Amino acid sequence: MYILFSKEVWRFLKVTIQTIITPVVTVLLYLLVFSSVLSEHVEVYKGVSYTAFLIPGLIMMSVLQNSFANNSSSIFQSKLNGNIVFMLLAPISDFEMYIAYTGAATLRGVLVGIGAWVISSLFVVLPVHSFFYLTAFAVIGSAILGSLGMISSICADKWDHIAAFQNFVIMPLSFLSGAFYSINILPDFWQKVSLFNPFFYMIDGFRYGFLGVSDISVMYSLSVVIFFFVVVSIICLWILKSGYKLRD
Amino acid sequence: MDPAVLVSQVYKRYGNLEALYGIDFSIAKGSFFGLLGPNGAGKSTLINIMAGLVHATSGNIKVVGYDVRKQWRKSRQILGVVPQELAYDPFFSTREMLRLQSGYFGLGKDNYVWVDELLERLGLGDKADENLGNLSGGMKRRVLIAQALVHKPEVLVLDEPTAGVDVELRRVLWEFVRELHKNGHTILLTTHYIEEAESFCDRIAILDNGRLIAHDTTNALLNRYPYRFLRLSVKNYSTQIPEKLLEKVVLNENNELTFRLHREDDNIGDVLDAVQNAGISFTDLRTDEPGLEEVFLALTVKNHD
Repeated sequence: MYILFSKEVWRFLKVTIQTIITPVVTVLLYLLVFSSVLSEHVEVYKGVSYTAFLIPGLIMMSVLQNSFANNSSSIFQSKLNGNIVFMLLAPISDFEMYIAYTGAATLRGVLVGIGAWVISSLFVVLPVHSFFYLTAFAVIGSAILGSLGMISSICADKWDHIAAFQNFVIMPLSFLSGAFYSINILPDFWQKVSLFNPFFYMIDGFRYGFLGVSDISVMYSLSVVIFFFVVVSIICLWILKSGYKLRD
Repeated sequence: MDPAVLVSQVYKRYGNLEALYGIDFSIAKGSFFGLLGPNGAGKSTLINIMAGLVHATSGNIKVVGYDVRKQWRKSRQILGVVPQELAYDPFFSTREMLRLQSGYFGLGKDNYVWVDELLERLGLGDKADENLGNLSGGMKRRVLIAQALVHKPEVLVLDEPTAGVDVELRRVLWEFVRELHKNGHTILLTTHYIEEAESFCDRIAILDNGRLIAHDTTNALLNRYPYRFLRLSVKNYSTQIPEKLLEKVVLNENNELTFRLHREDDNIGDVLDAVQNAGISFTDLRTDEPGLEEVFLALTVKNHD
């Protein structure tokens, strides 16, 4: 399991420009645009500048998108090239496979997050209110998206399917998660809709880790995120155990 | 003693398609076993079930006594599989890939000596640090063989190992496989090159349409074929051949007439007399024993009739 994890980490480190640097630069671009345009005009939480509000959301969005991308591209490419067979022939259990892939995806997400945090300090140096919540939401959120990446890559038959999942599920959920705004400014109906978006809890809880303020109770967010992680993990392990599109 | 491989009542269905139908056979330890069959016969499906890449609909396969579903960790440790497809991971070099594969089997740095030995034995020494994507097809095939052997498996499965490879690689491959066999490894070979199976395998199973149609020693299979061939280099084939003689002619090209003669019913002397009586003069003659290819064709064609 450790070797499979190492191999996955090694793989994304071999293409660091694509896997780490590019997403960090994307965060930088977001910050350049949004902070210069909106920082003077918007204050979401009292005493917190818009840039300071925005940074945790942008970091978490990058974390989530990159952990998803790590597994979805790695596993699907292995399926297409046929080299997934080397792992399937080895005495590696479904659980070990799940841990190795999700662990590597989580690590990539966290590394991108750290990079984004460092680059964002050019704009605002954020205080850390709770390192525990910061880490918990980053790691669990990243693991959830890593698992979703694994599920989508196993089920997909072509790159189009991965792109569809990424563009029609992951992107809308992350953009509508309160990364750029507080859901408290939304009309009542959309506030309620936002509560069905698991990404909202990941980002709101992560933001609490920095700022110490959030739209809803951080413990409630953590419970929802853990619950979602358990559900996604069970689905992923069930798919792996069934051998669906891998051993059929 | 458990056989190297025991296949018991294996069925595999894909919807309405019966890919394997009640397959039963065993492979003794130390055997060089050939699994033959036309395209789509079910050879790769059977091997994939053995390797855990496909789940059987029913029945089971044991590798050295370990059930491939229930005791998969043990069975996979014992099995080394060279897949048919030229798969490779473009992110890694040859040596990196072999070391990773070794790690998948729980082997540490102690095994790196064997990895380096494999690189040398398979002529990959100068390609060890080359990215796999840059290797030629033949070199990639060698890497696949090395990957299958990286954990020193007792049973080695070669699924069409020489498909599309050059003469030199064939020579290196067979030399190496023969040595592995001599050292006690059990070899399971599937190939379209029947002459390879005939030269190397001591036992052969033939699959056709998902059914096991023959399973015997190579010699016994060869003896099943009741014909041999008489080949005559002729000068004047334009001469009319009596119909009784003509029905024995299976090939007529390049001034050579090939007769297929039944071992018991046809006497070579009588046939030669009949040829001379028909006014055909020949300058040379030879007889050939049938090869496995004839047996294979006779069995599979009969099965399709």
